[in-house]
Amino acid sequence: MIPGSFEYHRPSSVQEAVGLLAKLGDDGRALAGGHSIIPMMKLRLATPAHLVDLAGIAELRGARTDGSDIVIGAMTTQHELAASELLGSKIPLLREAALQIADPQVRYMGTLGGNVANGDPGNDMPAVMMCLGAIFHIVGKGGQRRVAARDFYQGAYFTALEAGDVLTAVRIPVPPAGHGYAYEKLKRKIGDYATAAAAVVLTVSGGRVATCSIGLTNVAETPLWAEEAAKILVGSALDAATVKRAVAAAEAITSPASDARGPAHYRTKMAGVMLTRALDRAKARAR
Amino acid sequence: MAKSQVAMKVNGKAVEALVEPRTLLIHFLREQLSLTGPHIGCETSHCGACTVDLDGKSVKSCTVFAVQANGADIRTIEGMANPDGTLHALQEGFREMHGLQCGFCTPGMILRAYRLLQENKNPSEEEIRYGISGNLCRCTGYQNIVKAIQFAAAKLNGVAFQEAAE
Repeated sequence: MIPGSFEYHRPSSVQEAVGLLAKLGDDGRALAGGHSIIPMMKLRLATPAHLVDLAGIAELRGARTDGSDIVIGAMTTQHELAASELLGSKIPLLREAALQIADPQVRYMGTLGGNVANGDPGNDMPAVMMCLGAIFHIVGKGGQRRVAARDFYQGAYFTALEAGDVLTAVRIPVPPAGHGYAYEKLKRKIGDYATAAAAVVLTVSGGRVATCSIGLTNVAETPLWAEEAAKILVGSALDAATVKRAVAAAEAITSPASDARGPAHYRTKMAGVMLTRALDRAKARAR
Repeated sequence: MAKSQVAMKVNGKAVEALVEPRTLLIHFLREQLSLTGPHIGCETSHCGACTVDLDGKSVKSCTVFAVQANGADIRTIEGMANPDGTLHALQEGFREMHGLQCGFCTPGMILRAYRLLQENKNPSEEEIRYGISGNLCRCTGYQNIVKAIQFAAAKLNGVAFQEAAE
């Protein structure tokens, strides 16, 4: 499988990359880790005339603390996310989710920015970002702007990004110390996308849920933020009856496709099962 | 389409070449450098037969363009043997523990195991299985591959290899 011909660009700054992408318009695509676009190019489902490789831009790598947030460069790889001491101690959900993405080789190349910017409903990080209340930093022709992950996804492969935009970083508010978290993913094999997956972050005070946020992966055209389900859980002790009501509310917002991973109703139910398991584990971890 | 000049180190040797931007690293290694150890299996980033070591990362060279590897330090199975020609501990382990039958997955398995042991000198069986989860083998059922990697880890750590009871 040989991709179509293209011209390769390797800018060394965000400004240069944005300038190139603005000039190239629909002929240009940004290249991050390449593990979504290169397979598409090999199948000739994508035939960009120009690729703008972001790998030479040093400022797009690494994680740093900024006040009560952590800002992660878009070109930080899944392997680096999983290995980071800072992220492991402050936002352990990221490590748990990163280690369920694809396989070791893919995680060495695949990036956080690519995963969230591509708009593929099968990607894991978008729902994790919604769950965590992340903000995406975007630089385009018109300058810089910030878009909440919860407002970013419009449809399969359609996002708030416009031609010429580069998603440069992800800003995540650090969850309170002692929060519980979990990412539960059902997949047929290593390397597969989720049949359904659920991300949970919650805090517990006096035996009751004080705050809760839930993201769902690959059970609709976009990742889902299950706001209503989380609201039902707040104030509860995560008793079985309340969890059941919350799971029903989460299942109600899903609209998965029937595909090789199973019929739609099965995938909806699996989203509920993943959420139930994630809530159990998050509760056990909360202090 | 204009070709790009690339320079990289492959198995310790400096290499310079002209490549089309669309040339995949696996094709560059096999066809331009005649390094046919890395294999083309699935071509869809699943099987891991094309795995090489690139700047301290295990990568599937069917899913990397050669231009992306400009300036990189790459190792393939051809660069695994010790400088005196004796086998690397991993190669020895695969031989001693019968870690291969047809051998198609072996170069990728060994390069992946090489990076795994660089990052974790004494992995548990579970860590080995998770660490090679991006490499498929259709012959062995993986049992002997796991043993081969355990053999290599023991040898590199200077301790005697003890095969776990079946």
